[in-house]
Amino acid sequence: MENQVPVLQLKHITKRFGNITANEDVSMDVHQGEILALLGENGSGKTTLMNAIAGIYYPEEGEILVRGKEVSINSPRDAFELGIGMIHQHFKLIDVLTAAENIVLGLKDKRRFDLKAANAKITEICEKYGFDIDPNQKIYDMSVSQKQTVEIVKVLFRGADILILDEPTAVLTPQETDKLFHILRNMKADGKSIIIITHKLNEVLDISDRVVILRKGKYICEFVTAEADAQKLTDAMVGHAVTLNIDRPEPVDPKDRIRVKGLTVKNSDGVLKLKDISFTARTGEILGIAGISGNGQKELLESIAGLQKIESGSIAYVNEDGTEKELVGLDPKKITDLGVTLSFVPEDRLGMGLVGNMNLGENMMLRTFRHGHGLFTDRKAPYQLAEQVVKELEVNTPSVRTAVRKLSGGNVQKVLVGREISSAPTVLLTAYAVRGLDINSSYIIYDLMNKQKERGVAVIYVGEDLDVLLELCDRILVLCDGQVSGILDGRDVDKQQVGMMMTRLGGGEANE
Amino acid sequence: MNKVPLIHISRRKDIVWYRAWLVRIIAVVLALVVCGLITMVMTGLDPIKVYAAMIDGTFGTARRVWMLLQNIAILLCISIALAPAFRMRFWNLGGDGQALMGALGAAAVMILLGDKIPNWLLILVMVVVSIAAGAFWAVIPAFFKARWNTNETLFTLMMNYVAIQLVAFFVIVWEVPKGAGKIGIINQNSNAGWFPQIGGSKYLLNVIIVAILTIVMFIYMKYSKHGYELSVVGESEPTARYVGIKVRKVIIRTMVLSGALCGVAGLLLVGGTDHTLTTTLVGGRGFTGVMVAWLAKFNPVFMVITSFLIVFLQRGATEITTTFGLNQSYGDIITGIILFFIIGCEFFLNYRINFRKSHKEVA
Repeated sequence: MENQVPVLQLKHITKRFGNITANEDVSMDVHQGEILALLGENGSGKTTLMNAIAGIYYPEEGEILVRGKEVSINSPRDAFELGIGMIHQHFKLIDVLTAAENIVLGLKDKRRFDLKAANAKITEICEKYGFDIDPNQKIYDMSVSQKQTVEIVKVLFRGADILILDEPTAVLTPQETDKLFHILRNMKADGKSIIIITHKLNEVLDISDRVVILRKGKYICEFVTAEADAQKLTDAMVGHAVTLNIDRPEPVDPKDRIRVKGLTVKNSDGVLKLKDISFTARTGEILGIAGISGNGQKELLESIAGLQKIESGSIAYVNEDGTEKELVGLDPKKITDLGVTLSFVPEDRLGMGLVGNMNLGENMMLRTFRHGHGLFTDRKAPYQLAEQVVKELEVNTPSVRTAVRKLSGGNVQKVLVGREISSAPTVLLTAYAVRGLDINSSYIIYDLMNKQKERGVAVIYVGEDLDVLLELCDRILVLCDGQVSGILDGRDVDKQQVGMMMTRLGGGEANE
Repeated sequence: MNKVPLIHISRRKDIVWYRAWLVRIIAVVLALVVCGLITMVMTGLDPIKVYAAMIDGTFGTARRVWMLLQNIAILLCISIALAPAFRMRFWNLGGDGQALMGALGAAAVMILLGDKIPNWLLILVMVVVSIAAGAFWAVIPAFFKARWNTNETLFTLMMNYVAIQLVAFFVIVWEVPKGAGKIGIINQNSNAGWFPQIGGSKYLLNVIIVAILTIVMFIYMKYSKHGYELSVVGESEPTARYVGIKVRKVIIRTMVLSGALCGVAGLLLVGGTDHTLTTTLVGGRGFTGVMVAWLAKFNPVFMVITSFLIVFLQRGATEITTTFGLNQSYGDIITGIILFFIIGCEFFLNYRINFRKSHKEVA
């Protein structure tokens, strides 16, 4: 393979946005039949670099060579003609069309279009690599994993032999990830070249042949995966040595803080989302919520936060003196007025927790704008808080007057978490707090959770990475289909057991 | 395939303020040049003379300056009324109807109570009634939006026509003399309900009131709790609920404010300057105000500039059509071209155009 001309060569690629340099002088090669992992922290320019190859952006400087020939890629169509296809993090599919219609959409074919022939070709691709989709199924009927499959087939249908996948596993369950990796290996065996962007080190080590590391838009180094380990990769990515262990201090004097009894919730379409949920969250303890995405995690947190209409059941807040306050039927403002400081880091950061078009200071104001004198908001304190959060959590931002939507995902999350813990809460609810975050940022967040726990806060942590849940949480509540599948001791449980409980109530084999 | 594109467009992350203004000034200059060329080609007139006539038509005499100020005041009043609604992403296209209802309220009080109660009380009642009428007209679509999520764009638009019909009806009820089909000047002899003149001009009071309202609105939107709440609701309703802002309440409250200020515009027209009521009294300012507000990005202080620009263009266009005996549409063409350039330059503020570097040889 060494003597062969690389299928894709990048030479001194530089991409700027205004004054911001996203990629600077990046050079790298991709060989035929290899899986290359592109690893870097949030905002290190991985996606931008790949977009330049896929024809979304045009780099200011540098050359791209495909199979040894210099090319100019001005549009995704140019990229396709060169056999380059990218599967983006946010799918670009039309919901009301079928899988097959989406796959052929936008193809330029002089002859009369033949959907049957297309279907046959799709089926052939599926069989070859082991995909499992029905070409006639509508996109809106599909799960996230199926949609991703359609995106991959779409790219293959167009004859791509260089595939770029941008964080493909971020939205998948562990089982789905295994399936995807199996397919990627099939494609590699078929001679395709694959570039995969991911944050998850275990996946990099599992699937890739080579790893290229970017930091702050620059090429840092590369490893042959067989010779690398998690510690080496992390150190190279972050630029300094990082410890990869999550602390789990023993809870100190845990007392009941939130008692949920018989909670039942329906969504706006009348579909049952939570059924008879009962549990207790205690002070000085992290209660993990495990479950396949969409099994009631969102509704559970929003119920406690006062954002969800509740059919039946009770959510009691237990005061220091043991008396209870009922939270059902109260909105967030009334909960605050009761003297309960409840912080909530929702899943949809820019859709719910923050306002994308407002700057950092104005976003800090969301929680405190009522504190000002009379008619006016207090503007000074929020900006000071923003400065403080930027400093303490190492938020990468030009200033506190930058619109939050211009920050990268990890920095957005730091702003949100920073604001939520600044109010010295007694209960902290977090949903997928580290989703899309790189290792370094994730560890900052875990550390913050532990600090809150040590302060005596009742932390509820909804997570998707089982390894992290098992390392971080004191107890783990497993949700399955809107019901409590079980509550386990985080120190005395194995991953397999949790995985079983996520897919079957109680985790038993015969529970179908 | 093997070539760099001649131009490619990329998004700007930021632009320094003086560059932004430079782009805008270039846009205006270019617009004037293009208008001049078109004027020469189509009419054979000297464009410099045309522009001179436009400026003369707006600033030529003291009366013209007062008319300019009065027109800016009313347009600005409606524009700042629309600003909070638009900031909340509530597309209030009913400014015309809300102002007309305010005018109807003021006229009704003048006609029905004129000379029956002391003048100061009469004016006070006029203020209350016209504000209430404007607010009422705005709160109906707001209520439906808040309660059933109806489309506010269509609803507010349709309310304009209802308002026009209502005014048409009352014009007939109160017509003077009978059969004239119009009201004429209300309380011409007693001047009851006419706003006091200050500085010898009937326009100055309106200008002062609107100037104060503009500053108050700027502070309201930028620094008040209400202003913050309505911005959050506009950006994201889930976020508003997340921090316990009552979305329905904010929608209704903001529209009461928006309608009330439109009502004030109607009041100023009836009580301050025109002293009559017609269906065309507001003259489409509810829609022109939309343009003013958008151009100024909903900032009340910038609206002073944009409303001046719009009024200047309108008045200048009217002037040149009469001075040079041109078709009425000619003024609209000029206005259209200038607005095209001003709105079009926003593209260059958000995007950068990169040209191919000619020195680079492709190997």
